[in-house]
Amino acid sequence: MVNNNKTIKVSAPITVGVPEEFWHNTELLSKMLRYMYLVRYFEEKIFWLFAQGLVHGTMHLGIGEEATSIGTTFALNDDDYAYATHRGHGQAIGKGCDLDLMMAEILGREEGLCNGRGGSMHIADFSKGLLGANGIVGANGPLACGAAFSCKAKGLDRVCACFIGDGANNEGAVLESLNLAAAWDLPVMFVTINNTYGMSTSIEKVTRNSDLTKRAIPFDMPCYEVDGNDIAAVYSTVKEARARAVKQGPVMIVEHTYRISGHSKSDGNLYRSKEEIDHWKEKCPIKNFRRELLQRNIFSEEELDRIKNQAEKRIDKAIEFAKNCAQPKTEEVLKNVFAE
Amino acid sequence: MGNVEITYAEAIRDAMSEEMRKDDSVYLMGEDIGVYAGAFGVSRGMLEEFGPERIIDTPISEAAYIGTAVGSAVTGMRPIAELQFSDFVSVCLDQIMNQAAKMHYMFGGKINVPMVIRSASGGGTGAAAQHSQSLENLYAHIPGLKVVMPSTPYDAKGLLKTAIRDNNPVIFLEPKLLYRVKGLVPTEEYLIPFGEADIKRKGEDISIITYGRTVQMSLEVADYFAEIGYEVEVVDIRTLVPLDTDTIIESVKKTHRAVVVHEGVEFGGFGGEIVGLIADKAIMYIDGPIKRVGGMFCPIPFNPYLEAEVLPNVERIKKAVWEALGDLK
Ligand SMILES: Cc1ncc(C[n+]2csc(CCOP(=O)(O)OP(=O)(O)O)c2C)c(N)n1
Ligand SMILES: [Mg+2]
Repeated sequence: MVNNNKTIKVSAPITVGVPEEFWHNTELLSKMLRYMYLVRYFEEKIFWLFAQGLVHGTMHLGIGEEATSIGTTFALNDDDYAYATHRGHGQAIGKGCDLDLMMAEILGREEGLCNGRGGSMHIADFSKGLLGANGIVGANGPLACGAAFSCKAKGLDRVCACFIGDGANNEGAVLESLNLAAAWDLPVMFVTINNTYGMSTSIEKVTRNSDLTKRAIPFDMPCYEVDGNDIAAVYSTVKEARARAVKQGPVMIVEHTYRISGHSKSDGNLYRSKEEIDHWKEKCPIKNFRRELLQRNIFSEEELDRIKNQAEKRIDKAIEFAKNCAQPKTEEVLKNVFAE
Repeated sequence: MGNVEITYAEAIRDAMSEEMRKDDSVYLMGEDIGVYAGAFGVSRGMLEEFGPERIIDTPISEAAYIGTAVGSAVTGMRPIAELQFSDFVSVCLDQIMNQAAKMHYMFGGKINVPMVIRSASGGGTGAAAQHSQSLENLYAHIPGLKVVMPSTPYDAKGLLKTAIRDNNPVIFLEPKLLYRVKGLVPTEEYLIPFGEADIKRKGEDISIITYGRTVQMSLEVADYFAEIGYEVEVVDIRTLVPLDTDTIIESVKKTHRAVVVHEGVEFGGFGGEIVGLIADKAIMYIDGPIKRVGGMFCPIPFNPYLEAEVLPNVERIKKAVWEALGDLK
């Protein structure tokens, strides 16, 4: 692979303002809000299904992180690729995965996106460029380099967004990928969802300098930093970062947010205070966005509620659909161990 | 239609080059495979022919570049990744085991992972404990991987071409002591399907089931026994996954005796799988102990006498054959 040996001056992280036109595209604004609600309801309802024993296994919810998943994926082109994390429902929904088929997958049904073989941690839809969520923290870094490699080798104007957590930033596979992507000018966007915890461990406890934007510096990679609870800012930042990545090679984006939900099904929240969680509930990205839309007189309270209610109904419909899907046949358990 | 005599390394190079000429999506990457032509010179001349966009020197980051191969395979490329020594799988196993091997199944059969990982395998070179292992059984244990270990230039070329065209992740293991071994290879194109064992020598009295570097040793053992009146059949399984169980079973049903030989550590090794297969499908035909010969349960030592001691050799295979012959002696 030939790199252009260009040196990109990297110093302070880049922040991008929200252009005024952003607020003029009411169609996009309502779609964004609708999708944030879809993600929120999708997750709240699968948690409820789980409590009822209708979903087995485990799941990782990203309640409170909806501006990162929707803001980021909406700023991608439809044919761009994305690799999601283990906390990837929002990332998958934002990338366009069918809600019915995704719900069927969560319920382990044959009609699910992965025929019930993958489940919550392995949602993928190749027709939408969602190349898969991953159960191995940080393993998607190298994979994203590969997808970006294909784009470059075939001369396609596409990028691959690679979602990683703050915790994943300490995985060797991710650090190797930053270097490889930079060395080969691959159009990868390393999108860190910095919710400040990896399970119970705060990033501050496990790294000397918890400013993750600094990780871009040794690799001469531009790094963008954004309030991950502000969808307008996330979207605008990722749009700009994408335009750069497709031309120049890898970029890093650090989106600061917070996981209001527990780490997974079992989380006693022993590592954080109720006050901390409540503080972030106030900063809920959906609340934020609603407030902004109201203040700017873009939508009325009734219109916003209609968007919310429609989203809830849509998720209920997905659940109905999924419940009516067949279980996979046990005699087909060995199907697809190998490809033809 | 004729034959040419080439080395095992040249056979591998020819297979890669032929496939790369045919299919633009095939590319080779690994550490020092360009100008340096790989630690064993396998890719000599390929950089000149295909250029640096298809013969790609990687950073010394096995997880990153093996994962890059996987990610590019699911998005339309057909990568060949060279892992310089098979021992280095330790630092990129996740990408092979949890990613490449599982994607087709875990994603409901909706994506293929057409890629090959080529790797120099085995001992006998004085490279000591971390550069000498035969780890084929580790791969064979992971559903979703195909595992190939050819013993001759002919097999290496035909099987590698098949591997490159296969739609699954294929682990292609090259015993490093075979790289310079010569053999006849047709000038015409040919492919060897996976899952077809090759009877390297026919015999009626006892079957040696083997693969990789120990095939040649087993043939020497067969010569020795032929001189004293026993006909040894040597079955080269060639691919561990998929495994040609029929040929193994037919052979032992005919000979009634079996010795299983490989270089990998005997304890917990692939030989146990073959013995289990025979016990399951042909136990009533067996007239003596089924013997195994493999590496000793020991890291590969540096000292040449000690290294020779832990690896299988002709003498040890002969001894096992004598024991398996039992009352036929
Ligand atoms: C290689 C690996 N190590 C550990 C785990 C267990 N684990 C699952 S999620 C998680 C936390 C990951 O933290 P982060 O990357 O910040 O993502 P977040 O969960 O906050 O979204 C851990 C440790 C895993 N799945 N994979
Ligand atoms: Mg985190």
